[in-house]
Amino acid sequence: MTRSGRYSLQCPIPKSEHEHILLAHGGGGKLTNQLIEKMFYAGLGNEFLMQGHDGASLPAIKGKLAFSTDSFVVNPIFFPGGDIGDLAVNGTVNDLVCCGAKPLYISLAFILEEGFLLEELWKVVQSIGDAALTAGVKIVTGDTKVVEKGKGDRIYINTTGIGQVLPGVNISPDRCSEGDVVIINGTIGDHGISIVTTREGMALDSPVESDTMPLNGMMQEVFERQPDIHVLRDPTRGGLSSALNEICRSSETGITLYENTLPVNDGVRGACELMGFDPLYIANEGKMLVILPEEHAGEVLKIMRSHDAGRESLIIGRVTATHPGILHMETTIGTTRIIDMISGEQLPRIC
Amino acid sequence: MKYIDEYRNRELVNNLSRKIRKEVTRNWTIMEICGGQTHSIMKYGLMQLLPPEITLIHGPGCPVCVTPVEMIDRAIALGELPEVILTSFGDMLRVPGSHTDLLSVKALGGDIRMVYSPLDVLHIAAENPGKQVVFFGVGFETTAPAVAMAIKEARKRNLDNFSVLVSHVLVPPAIEALLSSVDSRIDGFLAAGHVCTVMGTHEYIPIAEKYRVPIVVTGFEPVDILLGIYRTLQMLEQHRYGVENAYARSVKAGGNRAAQKILGEVFEPTDRNWRGIGTIPISGFRLADGYRKFDAVLRFTLQYMESEESGSCIAGEILTGQKKPSDCTSFGSSCTPEKPLGAPMVSSEGACAAYYRYSGAAIPNQKKLTP
Repeated sequence: MTRSGRYSLQCPIPKSEHEHILLAHGGGGKLTNQLIEKMFYAGLGNEFLMQGHDGASLPAIKGKLAFSTDSFVVNPIFFPGGDIGDLAVNGTVNDLVCCGAKPLYISLAFILEEGFLLEELWKVVQSIGDAALTAGVKIVTGDTKVVEKGKGDRIYINTTGIGQVLPGVNISPDRCSEGDVVIINGTIGDHGISIVTTREGMALDSPVESDTMPLNGMMQEVFERQPDIHVLRDPTRGGLSSALNEICRSSETGITLYENTLPVNDGVRGACELMGFDPLYIANEGKMLVILPEEHAGEVLKIMRSHDAGRESLIIGRVTATHPGILHMETTIGTTRIIDMISGEQLPRIC
Repeated sequence: MKYIDEYRNRELVNNLSRKIRKEVTRNWTIMEICGGQTHSIMKYGLMQLLPPEITLIHGPGCPVCVTPVEMIDRAIALGELPEVILTSFGDMLRVPGSHTDLLSVKALGGDIRMVYSPLDVLHIAAENPGKQVVFFGVGFETTAPAVAMAIKEARKRNLDNFSVLVSHVLVPPAIEALLSSVDSRIDGFLAAGHVCTVMGTHEYIPIAEKYRVPIVVTGFEPVDILLGIYRTLQMLEQHRYGVENAYARSVKAGGNRAAQKILGEVFEPTDRNWRGIGTIPISGFRLADGYRKFDAVLRFTLQYMESEESGSCIAGEILTGQKKPSDCTSFGSSCTPEKPLGAPMVSSEGACAAYYRYSGAAIPNQKKLTP
């Protein structure tokens, strides 16, 4: 047992008579209970989860609440830099952060395919426990359903989270204003390229790792010291382009990106050149777009850069009134073009 | 990144832009053959760097766009067969046939798979001995060698459940068809660098001489394309014609002999129907003797289907450079990448998709070809 009283990452799978998930594991009977006690309580236990109710009774939260849900169907479930477990926790944590909130509680629902290896489920559960500990959130309630072999793909996860909106913070796309700057906390496209290169079995010189990570630690310090942030968005599916296009459209302002500032890892660039992808459209799972008045940019960059999640933070664009609703880019060769939202599905099952 | 950054260098780009402005004395119309070049031109906004005298028009070098609708209907019919796993490159899956597209067939339960390489299809065939695995082979001389390799390998391994729906086409006959058209007003061509990497440059010499046009082999990065335009412009201004190579880091005069050898072994030239253009003599490949048993058309009995094009799509005029995407009344309104009327709005190499993606429905800095 470790610091939190949970199993550590090195812990062997808790003993069970079965090696695989059976339909009965989702039937509500003995096997379901074994799964809950031996695996979920052991890997994720805390005072709320251990109440053993149908749901969790939680203490009152002061002020406004943030509430967010997300489902995870990523394929493959294990990839360089993470797995479906930490992705499911970090994804919902970061969605709550985008509301200007401190994430507190998370629910966890599994849809498992009959025949899924319990050993793999245990790995995922440990990863969830570890990610929750890192992000400082508690898994307070959950559910498990099992579908017949061939009716699902090993494991799907839904997480739903509650957070407390921090005082003085008012995040909304409407607040995007002319003269604001756009900050990002590091390189783009890492998660999507990690998934696609793993899935396609592409051997790169150095594998690209997913950037999945919780951003609440970094952003909480930003909220506390400079709450006047106008818009936050985590550029997940559809990448930077979709996130910024959505902001342009809902705020009826324009944004100009500077291509020569966009941070892209060499591995991601190489894979994109090879496969014909554009990093602007590739998913991220540990990035935050922060739009704020230019006069606060220096202070916020300093805070962000003091955290591991934000060491490479920089300004990549500016909000303008000249082309409302449209995302523009100044290219490296000095021309301009628009960046449209992605059409269709470039990379399915990326998260 | 080496071999990329130096060809996207701002200073080099500006130098070439200045040289082009200095050189030009009158109006010229230059066609870039390859859809990959069209995308680079739009992605980097290269038209913004050209003087108004130079008009770029976009050629037929988009394999997905020129694949005839009856061939797509055949692929769809094959994909609907329960015993078939149909494989192709990603873009082909979204191209509309007469009534539906392959992605819709997939959504309704057809086993349709996107692959990056035809050689991957051999693994699928080996792993699914109870299924017929068909590869829908489209593309120019660039993709054909890999398809030929896969077919040769399948014969070696006796993979009897593998076949190919062959729809490969060739660039030089298309250039000749464009030039021989009475309303051709193309002054010079940027030839497709990748195609010439495989085939070399010799095929273009008789065309350049017969029609007295400059043909400059050109790459795909901003510096490459501006260099290709500059070299074409120099030839035009100096009243010279012939073939020049502005992509020497990739293209050798003789091309890739090994690739040419396998093409000659597995395929033989045949007439092909080009979507929006019509039949061009000796402009494509079919399987040669000894490889015919891998022809999906011969292996499966498909019912005769009446194929029909969308009435309002002007793909033919787009692909022959007679009109620009922005000349089309459907562009950006009833035809978008989400709901394409024709292939040029679908393919990652299609001119309409390039215009829409990089310029949106409103096209700045471009002259219309028609009033």
